[in-house]
Amino acid sequence: MVYQSQAVAKPYFIAALGLFAGQIVFGLVMGLQYVIGDFLFPYIPFNVARMVHTNLLIVWLLFGFMGATYYLVPEESETELYSPKLALILFWTFLVAGALTILGYLMVPYAALAKLTGNDLLPTMGREFLEQPTLTKAGIVVVCLGFLFNIGMTLLKGRKTAISLILLGGLTGLALLFLFSFYNPTNLVLDKFFWWWVVHLWVEGVWELILGAILAFLLIKVTGVDREVIEKWLYIIIAMTLITGIIGTGHHYFWIGTPEYWQWWGSIFSALEPIPFFMMVVFAFNMVNRRRRNHPNKAATLWALGTAVMAFLGAGVWGFMHTLSPVNYYTHGTQITAAHGHLAFFGAYVMIVLAMISYAMPLLRGHGATSGERSQRLEVISFWLMTVSMVAITLFLTGAGILQVFLQRMASAPTPFMDTQSQIALFYWLREGAGVFFLGGLVLYLVSFFADRERIAAPV
Amino acid sequence: MKEKFTKTMARNIFLGGSLFFILLFLALTVGTVRALPQRDHRENITPAVILGKKIWEVNNCIGCHTLLGEGAYFAPELGNVYTRRGGANGGKEFIKGWIQSMPSGVKGRRQMPNFKLSEQELDAVAEFLKWTSEINSAKWPPNIEG
Repeated sequence: MVYQSQAVAKPYFIAALGLFAGQIVFGLVMGLQYVIGDFLFPYIPFNVARMVHTNLLIVWLLFGFMGATYYLVPEESETELYSPKLALILFWTFLVAGALTILGYLMVPYAALAKLTGNDLLPTMGREFLEQPTLTKAGIVVVCLGFLFNIGMTLLKGRKTAISLILLGGLTGLALLFLFSFYNPTNLVLDKFFWWWVVHLWVEGVWELILGAILAFLLIKVTGVDREVIEKWLYIIIAMTLITGIIGTGHHYFWIGTPEYWQWWGSIFSALEPIPFFMMVVFAFNMVNRRRRNHPNKAATLWALGTAVMAFLGAGVWGFMHTLSPVNYYTHGTQITAAHGHLAFFGAYVMIVLAMISYAMPLLRGHGATSGERSQRLEVISFWLMTVSMVAITLFLTGAGILQVFLQRMASAPTPFMDTQSQIALFYWLREGAGVFFLGGLVLYLVSFFADRERIAAPV
Repeated sequence: MKEKFTKTMARNIFLGGSLFFILLFLALTVGTVRALPQRDHRENITPAVILGKKIWEVNNCIGCHTLLGEGAYFAPELGNVYTRRGGANGGKEFIKGWIQSMPSGVKGRRQMPNFKLSEQELDAVAEFLKWTSEINSAKWPPNIEG
């Protein structure tokens, strides 16, 4: 840690990890409800568990991105953060608003929550991933504005690197595109069309700029490779991301009432979407092979390499698998989509945030480059446990998905939805088992933060 | 990458490429928004359909079901449920009766909550799902099972 104000990243990272743990617990609840349908009913119906699972994911990733930004920008700009106090105020605002929203989901029926929060004034609730009450959405906008102001002012007074400009660009895009969550026309087709401007243009657009910038920062730190080289790669990768990803939105416009020409635009451009992810793999391994220093934080390097590989597999390969419209005709809205969603989010966004946390936390806690041997060992084990478990979850869901597509959509005598679900239950059990191992990996990751005693006790 | 390929060139590809594809995307969006009236039969969006969409939203139906393939994969597709359950011959009545009879309470089976909807709200949800089933969705889903 070079600048005092980087310390504000720490509460953001801690909150992110806490919410991550919550997300996984609710994931396990849903996984069990897939096979024991009435588990926890009527206390936590599936839709509530799912809302908590996905909303916690979004919120903790946002905490992670913000923490990463607060850590990275002062160092890149070579100046203290414009206002550490504002960063802390926004932290508590966001945490309290997030916690109240989740409690609202769990404690009152959703319709009552809608009434309570004045959804009638500006109805925005009840759409996938954008279930937050309108009030919470407004809160998110306020937090984002304050955050962007703080980061923008810091950049203005300091050095402007490609990494920090791209990061700010991605974060600004994130905030701007979120405004479409307030547009909820009565026409379902229009509603769906612009809903994707938030969802797709986030995860297959501006979030990738954030991912690229954080990855580039980490690679500079752990490899010592020249900034010029790394930033050149970064520009080319994000250029390919937006060139393929923006029109790639079309792969969501096949079957929702939009014109058929989207089947061409969507298929062709989204078939190219794996390219930037593949470049990211080549980039990350190249930089590590050409390293000019051996950074002691092996765990952080592992997470950084892991994120490139898993993002390529999850977003690139698993995305391509069902993105061509003739294939998607059969796979749309099945467990294939769920399989892709899990590996893509884990590889691209969970792992990059964990990479940043692994790199920054020892420095933020004053331990030096690492928190000691034992902590590193635990982290490496947790990396493999989480990664292998997530691959297993993805494979089991893919198996479930292939059978579902065959039984329900392709067989000469199609099986109804619920009958199909009972027939593929075995795969859901296996997925749940893999989920338990994933939780184990996460627990080890958390334990690694408390395994640093030997380092503190031993004289360096 | 060759030495002659500079960071400035890379940045220009990023800025130029992004700008071009953003503009193309906006152009396609304008084209789509203009073409939609022929496909979404918006002239049939009655007050009941509007109320139905609202009931759909404030009860978070998308948290379990898919609608035109989007949503959660825990419960059946509802974009074509009107047709699947009889269409003009009882589709609406089936939907209303089903919602009212929930939860089934069958042990171990997936449960749908009872949302305590009024007769008017039940009718609106059914009207919304009927309207949705008549959107031109490019022949999706592949068969009646959704």
